[in-house]
Amino acid sequence: MSFINGKKSPRQTILIADDSEMNRSILTDMLGDEYEIMEAENGVEAVSILQKYGNTISLLLLDIVMPEMDGFGVLTVMNKHRWIEDIPVIVISAETASTHIERAYELGVTEFISRPFDALILHRRVVNTILLYAKQKRLIDLVADQIYEKEQQSGLMVDILSHIVEFRNGESGMHVLHIRTLTELFLKHLGHRDSAYQLPRSEISLICTASALHDIGKISIPGEILNKPGRLTDEEFEIMKKHTLVGAEMLKALPMHQEEPLIKRAYEICRWHHERYDGRGYPDGLKGNEIPVSAQVVALADVYDALTSERVYKKAFSHEVAVNMILEGKCGQFNPQLMECLKEIESVLKEELRFDSDARASQRQMQNVAEELLRHEELSASERTLQLLEHERMKYSFFADMSEEIQFEYTVAPSMVTLSGYGAKKLGLDEILMDPHNNEKVQEMMGIGTLRAISNELRSTTPEHPQIKYDHEICIHGENRWMRTVGRAMWSTDEPPRYMGAIGKTTDIHDERTRIDALVQMASHDSMTGLFNHNYAKERIKERIGNRQTGKFALAIFDLDHFKQANDNYGHMFGDKVLIHMAEQLRRSIRGGDIAARVGGDEFLIFLEYKEEAETAIQRIFTSLEGTYEDFQISVSMGVARTDMVGTNYDKMFHAADQALYSVKRSGRGQYRFYDDTMQEMLSVISPIDGSEEKPDN
Amino acid sequence: MTLKECYTALEGDYEGVLNRLRSEKMVQKFVLKFLNDKSHELLVTSMEAGNYEEAFRAAHTIKGVCQNLSFTKLYESSHLLTENLRAGYGADTDELVQRVEADYHQTMAAIEELQTGNPA
Repeated sequence: MSFINGKKSPRQTILIADDSEMNRSILTDMLGDEYEIMEAENGVEAVSILQKYGNTISLLLLDIVMPEMDGFGVLTVMNKHRWIEDIPVIVISAETASTHIERAYELGVTEFISRPFDALILHRRVVNTILLYAKQKRLIDLVADQIYEKEQQSGLMVDILSHIVEFRNGESGMHVLHIRTLTELFLKHLGHRDSAYQLPRSEISLICTASALHDIGKISIPGEILNKPGRLTDEEFEIMKKHTLVGAEMLKALPMHQEEPLIKRAYEICRWHHERYDGRGYPDGLKGNEIPVSAQVVALADVYDALTSERVYKKAFSHEVAVNMILEGKCGQFNPQLMECLKEIESVLKEELRFDSDARASQRQMQNVAEELLRHEELSASERTLQLLEHERMKYSFFADMSEEIQFEYTVAPSMVTLSGYGAKKLGLDEILMDPHNNEKVQEMMGIGTLRAISNELRSTTPEHPQIKYDHEICIHGENRWMRTVGRAMWSTDEPPRYMGAIGKTTDIHDERTRIDALVQMASHDSMTGLFNHNYAKERIKERIGNRQTGKFALAIFDLDHFKQANDNYGHMFGDKVLIHMAEQLRRSIRGGDIAARVGGDEFLIFLEYKEEAETAIQRIFTSLEGTYEDFQISVSMGVARTDMVGTNYDKMFHAADQALYSVKRSGRGQYRFYDDTMQEMLSVISPIDGSEEKPDN
Repeated sequence: MTLKECYTALEGDYEGVLNRLRSEKMVQKFVLKFLNDKSHELLVTSMEAGNYEEAFRAAHTIKGVCQNLSFTKLYESSHLLTENLRAGYGADTDELVQRVEADYHQTMAAIEELQTGNPA
């Protein structure tokens, strides 16, 4: 044990919580030579230090009257989190009313010292308290270690003993392991389905250990019989049968430990694991529940494992075959309850055994030891547990720092956020923030609306579905960036569940989001003019019509007259500039809800909704498009189709407008015209044959 | 001025404090520290602001410090004020504040004289 070795331990830490700097420094002066001192000037600070440093604090010296949160507040929090069980508290107060003192003791303080205090006495009490707690903690560890060692050693001894038997038997080392696993499964399930068979955990554990000894009697059986490949003769079988009685006798003849429950159970199992429920078994011909449950269960486990394993005299049967053989009564008679039990956990059985191994067995033992330890409250803070916790904490903070994520933990009482080291640095905040909702820096960074929204989201989760995802902007170093907060609300396990806080992380999704925005822009827009492209416009238009079936809509298609000339005379660069100019004009002349798009080449499209008549709007747009760009005279031809004429099918509208445009082209350009029935036979400008195909963008 | 004379001037219990804190050097160190203690300032400002809860805490702190240092006279007046303020502002509050003021200044004057004799 470490303390026997006299290893020099690091100095212990005392936390002093007092609002008067004078008082703190008097205490620091008195204790600072022997102990590390941490100071808190109010209750909230004390709690946050306790939260952060936990059991590394060996003692809390606590004042009662303090701002923010008083000493009783601190004690209440310590009780709630059960820190009071591990960290002793000495209250030093000028309050001497007996109600105060009583309340402090009720809240679990070790000592109450009133001012003015005597330096020597205070010093002595501090030293004593720390020593006492340390001693108690070491004793707890000592006991825990010994229980653990004892369990391990006795488990080991049993394993060695039973393995010797198996070794002689030519069986694999797995048999004992399987029997133990099966016995445990059967016993637990039997207890679940019928309370008459319900055994305490310790009893189950005992029977499982004892099950390993079921065949120790075989040590007395000659090897030729034990390992005979063929069928045993009647005489040989009579000898073989003796292993039950021999095993039992061996246990009975032990010079000591006769009262040990393990020996008693092992005796039952050795002697009666070949009895049959119908009374036709050996050696005693016990019937029904005259046979102890332990022996009944081990008998079933033994039969099952013998069937599914390879032996000198047989091959292994599959799980399914073995179960059927047992259920059909080919391998003995068992308690009907136990048969039901086998049927019910049949699938589990197969899985459990497949993964069975030494590692697993020792894991199960460990689990049992752990459960055992947990049942004793005073062992809850053993060194082992603390080491595991410390290990987890290190692991957590390592990964938290590596992950470059802003991770956080929020507790409602006290209202406090703890940020991962990386998170705090990234945001320029402290790692521990008290009352974050009212923290100005946090409010500025997140915005009050976002804070409230996230809080609401978390509080409206349920224990079954505690997760949330929320995208929001935050302002880091003056720059707004998009973030995604993924969180998990922590609900208490009591009824009704209470919201205790949350854990989560916030990741920067700004670049991703900007990229997606850009992709959406690219997919929907014409890169030269910035107008919608035809495909996207078509979708939007269909959507618009679909939403308002009764509305009146018009679709106009126009192109530039003599655009080819402009290209030829001034070059393509100029032609592009003209198109960009047109797009700009178009954008200016349409109204908010209208849709404008470049269909391709010099062809454009306008879609609008009208109330009384469409002509005014079309006229206005048409006029605004005409003019000059540098030296080039702009003139357009436009065909328009209205839903009241051609219906609301997009392709039909487009085709009709196209035909109207054709008709304009035929009669001299530079004007607009609405589609009417006379144009039905017209060719089209854009869609060469039937108009239902779109002309590809160019 | 010696520490003992200082205690006489501020009407404190020199024997008592020495018995409790054991070292004259330590007592002197903290007596001098009293010059920088902000509790009195807090008491004055919170009384002016009418924040009697804060004033209670300030008076309570003065009382605690005086107890630690055995400043008997200031302890007594601050103790009375603390108990008075515990129930909020009352009939005698102002009078008690004045008494604390007077005792505080007497205490400070004595300590300042001690300091001139023993520059830190």
